[in-house]
Amino acid sequence: MKFTNEFKCVFPAVSANEALARASLSAFLIPADPTAQELADLRTVISEAVTNAIVHGYRNSSGEVSICLRMLPDRVLYIRVSDKGCGIPDIQKAMEPLYTSVPEEERAGLGFAIMQEFTDNLHVRSTPNHGTTLTMRRKLGQIYAEE
Amino acid sequence: MQLHYDINKNQLLVLLDGEIDHHSSNQIRTEIDTAIYAHMPRTLIFDFQNVTFMDSSGIGLIMGRHKILRNLDSEIIIKQPSPQIARILRLSSMDRLAEIQINYPEEVIS
Repeated sequence: MKFTNEFKCVFPAVSANEALARASLSAFLIPADPTAQELADLRTVISEAVTNAIVHGYRNSSGEVSICLRMLPDRVLYIRVSDKGCGIPDIQKAMEPLYTSVPEEERAGLGFAIMQEFTDNLHVRSTPNHGTTLTMRRKLGQIYAEE
Repeated sequence: MQLHYDINKNQLLVLLDGEIDHHSSNQIRTEIDTAIYAHMPRTLIFDFQNVTFMDSSGIGLIMGRHKILRNLDSEIIIKQPSPQIARILRLSSMDRLAEIQINYPEEVIS
């Protein structure tokens, strides 16, 4: 995969690091001169992905979350977020809006819906008991619907 | 995340400040629920004007408070979300659970 810049990091799956993931993405993206909406969308996307890894992947047990960000040719941002948690037994069901595997946590079940809405494509690879990897791409400089 | 409250007759206004994510929403939830049960408001107003970020954890937070308020026969109003937060509220059909009030400054509209 050809890219002009890359950022990788690994951090413990604790909720305080959700803000760290958003800050890392902002710092990586700013040189590419995103619009305010692109930056806001992609901060939301990485926050959802990392929260999923912490809440669903590890169910608040300990583990590590890995992030890889790449700037691909033609201003395409590539985001990969992976965990070595419990995995998703039924990806289709997990992606249904309002579905959540942890109802007691008061989750809205909208993480995947938001990630799909704010990226051009989303790919989920998951193996039960081995973990989940989400990869997403978004081309900068497109007119996005709404607002 | 800092919370400020303003209690006026049967209204409980919560002025939220900062970023609402999975991490901060746990603390916000506990604090707001304490205030709800202390004051039993007819209307709970979330003032979003100082909220700089919200993901679906904020939607979970609103849905949970809606459930409590519905049992008290009370309602929720969401005031002044940023354009990005308004998008997320719309995407989540939050307008079915709460009244959303948006007043952008005139210079933004013109």
